[in-house]
Amino acid sequence: MKLRKVSAAAATALVLALTATACGGDNGGDSSGSGSDGGKTIKIGIKYDQPGLGLKEPDGSFSGFDVDVATYVAKELGYKPDQIEWVETKSADRENALSRGDVKMIAATYSITDERKQKVDFAGPYLLAHQDLLVKADSDIKEGTDLNGKKLCSVTGSTSAQNVKKEIAPKAQLQELGGYSECIAGLQSGALDAVTTDDAILAGFAAQDQYKGQFKLTGLKLSNENYGIGVKKGDTETLNKINDALEKMVSDGAWEKAVKDNFGPANYKNEPAPKIGQIVQ
Amino acid sequence: MFDFLSDYDDPTLLGAFWVTVQLTVLSAVGSLIWGTLLAAMRVSPVPLMRGFGTAYVNVVRNIPLTVIIVFTSLGLANIFGVTMGTEDLKDRAFRLAVLGLVAYTAAFVCEAIRSGINTVPVGQAEAARAIGLSFSQVLRLVVLPQAFRSVIGPLANVLIALTKNTTVAATIGVAEAALLMKEMIENEAQTLLIGAIFALGFVVLTLPTGLFLGWLSKRLAVKR
Amino acid sequence: MTSVLYDAPGPRAKRRNVLFSVVFFVLVALLLWWVWQTMDEKGQLEWALWKPFTTSEAWTTYLLPGLADTLKAAALSMVIALPLGAILGIARMSDHRWVRIPAGAVVEFFRAIPVLLLMLFANEFYVRSTGIPSDERPLYAVVTGLVLYNASVLAEVVRAGILSLPKGQSEAAMAIGLRKSQTMSGILLPQAVTAMLPAIVSQLVVIVKDTALGGVMIGFTELLNTRSTLAANYANVIPSFIVVAVIFVVLNFILTSFASWLERRLRRSKRSTGAVLGAEKVDDLNAAEVGGTYGTGAGGSI
Repeated sequence: MKLRKVSAAAATALVLALTATACGGDNGGDSSGSGSDGGKTIKIGIKYDQPGLGLKEPDGSFSGFDVDVATYVAKELGYKPDQIEWVETKSADRENALSRGDVKMIAATYSITDERKQKVDFAGPYLLAHQDLLVKADSDIKEGTDLNGKKLCSVTGSTSAQNVKKEIAPKAQLQELGGYSECIAGLQSGALDAVTTDDAILAGFAAQDQYKGQFKLTGLKLSNENYGIGVKKGDTETLNKINDALEKMVSDGAWEKAVKDNFGPANYKNEPAPKIGQIVQ
Repeated sequence: MFDFLSDYDDPTLLGAFWVTVQLTVLSAVGSLIWGTLLAAMRVSPVPLMRGFGTAYVNVVRNIPLTVIIVFTSLGLANIFGVTMGTEDLKDRAFRLAVLGLVAYTAAFVCEAIRSGINTVPVGQAEAARAIGLSFSQVLRLVVLPQAFRSVIGPLANVLIALTKNTTVAATIGVAEAALLMKEMIENEAQTLLIGAIFALGFVVLTLPTGLFLGWLSKRLAVKR
Repeated sequence: MTSVLYDAPGPRAKRRNVLFSVVFFVLVALLLWWVWQTMDEKGQLEWALWKPFTTSEAWTTYLLPGLADTLKAAALSMVIALPLGAILGIARMSDHRWVRIPAGAVVEFFRAIPVLLLMLFANEFYVRSTGIPSDERPLYAVVTGLVLYNASVLAEVVRAGILSLPKGQSEAAMAIGLRKSQTMSGILLPQAVTAMLPAIVSQLVVIVKDTALGGVMIGFTELLNTRSTLAANYANVIPSFIVVAVIFVVLNFILTSFASWLERRLRRSKRSTGAVLGAEKVDDLNAAEVGGTYGTGAGGSI
């Protein structure tokens, strides 16, 4: 009887202790919270999983065109590269991340669209990309209409996938997967005939060592994607500074260099630098 | 505020939830059958089958469902050429998703049924053996019918979880509710409102199921 | 091992069992061989795809930080959800209507909503009403979502467990003059928790797996999320999924092994103190009616 009482007391004590630690954990987190603006760093949202645009490298550094552009812009805003805090912003979370102030700006293959412009402001554009198809090097797909009856892959819910369904090849079989890597693995194994999204993204994947020489871009310009740098709605000050920085980046040749560094190996024929505020419909 | 909903016609909001319901029902039936077989293996006289049942449950139950579903598409279909009897990618994704959901949910159904078998008084099985029934007869005629009645509650919980789990099928492109949600979020830039609409949809699907099966389990409970 | 379900095998049954075993073994072996063969054919066994996992960078940059976040979120959620679940479960059995009904509503409501959406809403809640810095917020949101859902499920487990205890337990407790709270904390809860351990553990495994939902939309850097970054780097989608699956299986296996060790210990100590419930009785109690939910495998990715 005695022992049971002890074990019961122990159980109760355990529950209490757990509750206490739980609360303790919460409070600890709260009090240690220093505002996100503290210190002189800038938070920039990028993608972590797109080779050539925004990629987290094995050594923990970041590479890609978006990263280079953002680094340049940050420099013009007065931040050294080591003062930049990179944050992964998934497509679904980009508008919210900006409006909440989680990040100061986002350079993550962020196409300027009317719906998004209602939620955030865009600097740029800094790159004009197009929706395109990635196919096997020996594929005979040349036109959008060649896709009818073929197996086409894109990322779940993405605008490229919707675009194909509605306009380009309604009879194409669309496979939607969680990420571009998954699509390209399917393309490589022969289970899929083409992968579609922005050509800049596709080029980056095609240039990876594992895939070199296996794929080609069809060069079809199925849509215009104007990549802009997103900032919080109404943050005109930052917006103007970013636009100035982007203009300077193009004029002093840094833009061209970034293009060469990142898209050169991918053999990606990019469009010339877009003019600020000039959105190609 | 809600006018964007009418922009979506392939599928519509209701159509997408209908696919969710189809996924749920088919997977529920499949996992009930496969789960029962697994439970039978786990209590069977053949040691190797017992081992397989145990190993299956312990491995499958411990892998995130997302990984299992992705495996069905990237692994089974793309690498192993399991086409599920169709060349149409939409149909194939749907069938693969059902397969993945069945494989996963069956592990939980198996454990629920096995615990149900434990609730059947020992005397029942002993009496059945005494009148000369074989293992499969004992299980089919005496033990399982009683076990099922006592596990309706736990199975209801598995069914509710399954309903919500069908959303994972979006990762391999099945056009159900979650995929439509992702599409809307991508286009409309109003994540919270859209999230709320879909949350409500799931409450409508799962709450009545849970309440009905809860009532049923009380009615059918074996009074001892 | 003998079972009540079948007789001890005689010579004929033994032969039959051996035959079944052999056939079954051959089938499984054939399946495995086919899997290996096809993967080889499709180039999935190429060393280049697997080599990254032998480098330290793959682990230190991607997998280990992801694993750390997964563990952190899972541990916090368990520690908060367990007591909260117990409280909700007890509250649902309260004699007072004004306690019972709200508790029931909370449980039913949070069980019905997909966890990912709970995380999404929690994230937004923290933005609007607290000052949690943005790099910690995903963790808070993930833990909140997991706690709300799993505490509701655990509440049902606890309730079912307490209901399944023999009536004599609470009657005897009242007879010796214990108050209601003493009866609950001293008599009913300890017995119920022991009996329901398997169901509780199943739900803990669900928590570990469901941390993966945090990576889908609110950018929590858990294991599945860092896997996609890794796969983008090394172009090894399928091997990366296999490695992550193995990590999860090992992780959950450790968790369940620990739990069954704990269960054995608790039962032993019970027997030695001459508990009312004999060992066999407890075995029966582990069954479904106690389990309430024998692990739901819940989650969903939306």
